[in-house]
Amino acid sequence: MNDFVGKKNLKLARTLLLVAVAMFGFGYALVPLYDVLCEWKWIERNRPDDIKKVPEVAYKVDMEREISVEFMTILNESTPMEFRAEKRQLKVHPGQYYTVNFYAENKSDKEMQARAIASFSPAVISSYFEKIECFCFSEQTFKPREAKTLPMRFVINPEIPEQYKTITLSYTFFDNTEKSVKK
Amino acid sequence: MSAVVDEHDHHADDHHDHGPAKGLLRWVITTNHKDIGTLYLLFALAMFFVGGAMAMVIRAELFEPGLQFVDPAFFNSMTTMHALVMVFGAVMPAFVGLANWQIPLMIGAADMALPRMNNMSFWMLVAGVLLLASTLFMEGGAPNGGWTLYPPLVLQPITVGKALPFAIFSVHLLGISSIMGAINIIATIFNMRAPSMKMMDMPLFVWTWLITAFLLIAVMPVFAGAVTMLLTDKFFHTSFFNAAGGGDPVLYEHIFWFFGHPEVYIMILPTFGVASTIIPVFARKPLFGYASMVWATGSIAFLSFIVWAHHMFTVGLPLAGELYFMYATMIIAVPTGVKVFNWTATMWKGAMTFETPMLFSIAFVVLFTMGGFTGLMMSIAPADFQYHDTYFIVAHFHYTLVPASVFILMAAGYFWLPKWTGHMYNEKIGQLHFWISVVSVNVLFFPQHFLGLAGMPRRIPDYAVQFADWNMISSVGGFIFGASQLLFLYIVIDTIRGGTGEKVSDEVWEDAAKHSLEWTLPSPLPYHTWTTPPSVVPTEHVLDSH
Repeated sequence: MNDFVGKKNLKLARTLLLVAVAMFGFGYALVPLYDVLCEWKWIERNRPDDIKKVPEVAYKVDMEREISVEFMTILNESTPMEFRAEKRQLKVHPGQYYTVNFYAENKSDKEMQARAIASFSPAVISSYFEKIECFCFSEQTFKPREAKTLPMRFVINPEIPEQYKTITLSYTFFDNTEKSVKK
Repeated sequence: MSAVVDEHDHHADDHHDHGPAKGLLRWVITTNHKDIGTLYLLFALAMFFVGGAMAMVIRAELFEPGLQFVDPAFFNSMTTMHALVMVFGAVMPAFVGLANWQIPLMIGAADMALPRMNNMSFWMLVAGVLLLASTLFMEGGAPNGGWTLYPPLVLQPITVGKALPFAIFSVHLLGISSIMGAINIIATIFNMRAPSMKMMDMPLFVWTWLITAFLLIAVMPVFAGAVTMLLTDKFFHTSFFNAAGGGDPVLYEHIFWFFGHPEVYIMILPTFGVASTIIPVFARKPLFGYASMVWATGSIAFLSFIVWAHHMFTVGLPLAGELYFMYATMIIAVPTGVKVFNWTATMWKGAMTFETPMLFSIAFVVLFTMGGFTGLMMSIAPADFQYHDTYFIVAHFHYTLVPASVFILMAAGYFWLPKWTGHMYNEKIGQLHFWISVVSVNVLFFPQHFLGLAGMPRRIPDYAVQFADWNMISSVGGFIFGASQLLFLYIVIDTIRGGTGEKVSDEVWEDAAKHSLEWTLPSPLPYHTWTTPPSVVPTEHVLDSH
């Protein structure tokens, strides 16, 4: 192969290598891009930071309807806690306010930072489930062996579509002591 | 029009034409495209048997309900490693091996554009696969969270053991190796073609590899990025996929499948190229619709970037997303259908003969189409909720990989080995290999459709008794298919060592020189070819579109 072709080859190889490096960067760019796309109106994503604290307003209570709300509590094997809802299930009327207590205990001898992440089933009802007060809004600090009663106050917006009769709300406590969670 | 080739090339006996270096070191330091092609192909064949042995473990455990041979964690390691070894160790390197051998021969180039980098890509592949294989012997075993490496499962202590970082670095090495190979192929095709060969004169195998190489450069780095995020999430306290830190595991699936869907086409596009090379030769007709084949390949490659979420219909996508990915996926059936019709039309009224490469190619057309149809079934988002993560998807992608990519790799072996070695393979054993393979592969995978539709989940070592019968049949098919591949191993070794003893002509197959340049060279191929480029290139393969 002559020198001219050799130079052309190297030049093309360098360009293609740059494309590969750029695509590596694109992989990382997908992370913020994903958040941006999920902000779009027509994408209804159930995500912890979507569940915002809302002010308590008076709704007209719909005594006709009764919705069953189930509470699930989940711990990963790496989280040394005890965690349960004081009530497993609650029959609620849309528009009425309720408070449910959760019990959480640090089973280790170390101080622990833990964060509870909520998940709804079915996912789409998360926008009708309004929380006035929740331990999941912020990270919780547990002293060694400390036990806490954690309240969660909520209302179901009366505009919730007819077909939803059972809602499952699950919380997972993650041990975040070692992770930086600065947002 | 038949080829008129400069006769001087056949006897390039000037001082440039020195043979290979002596001794085993030749294979380590070689920069010759034929040597490197051979290394890739032999390595891929070895990995095909390693990955196959893992599949045998899986089928043995699934022969009956209950746990018989292996514990569940090891079973999960086997499904994970079988996939990784077959994808990254067998199918992809085999096609790179074919590209190394064939692309310079087909475009009239003396060698690949960047021969030293070519050597490095191969040895990096070996290092990557060895690193991956080493995880089998680590405390906690090889990765067993599935080849897709989904978090949070793959990050949990019980799933990773000590193996995860090794598996991730192995993926990095394999990725770098593939990217270097792809850069080399693109540079070769763009800069090293014989001056008389225009882009639309190139054999379809060269075209499909060109497009595949661009796919590799575009998506392998994205996969490298995704696994790097896994690594930093696990060991450096980042929270890309960690919900507690504001991350989202579903994000991983989006990034992974942005790589993963083009990846499956990386394994099938060169398959299309080889089929489009073999079928015209044995149908004794030019390929039907050459230009439409090129455009169809390009369209499939483009579409592969915009359909990734059809792998994740059940993660809770918004309705608009489900609909978009459903329709976009269905569109892929159009260019793929163009290809299947073109192959059929190429055979139509052709003077066909059924040597082993042709048999494998015809089986490919039929069985790949079946895999395509089940893919179409799963593109229907509401129906996919039933098929998702069942044996139906296992049956689907094995139909598009085993009787498609693997069969075509076998066909390529039978088709080109006589040219490369100068020896004819044993046609009787070849035909025997084909018939046992084509029957057993269907016994192996067809029942898995029924299992999937009945609801048997994938990646489980034990199952409900209602699935027992079809699993047993599937396992029997698997054992026969696995064993029959030893015939292929025998034929390859036998052909290299002399085969039937029949001296093959330069063309090997009747009128093959009308279709592609390599058949105008002597058999066996000299160590150096096309030191001066051919002055006229055959255009039989593009006739139909002109």
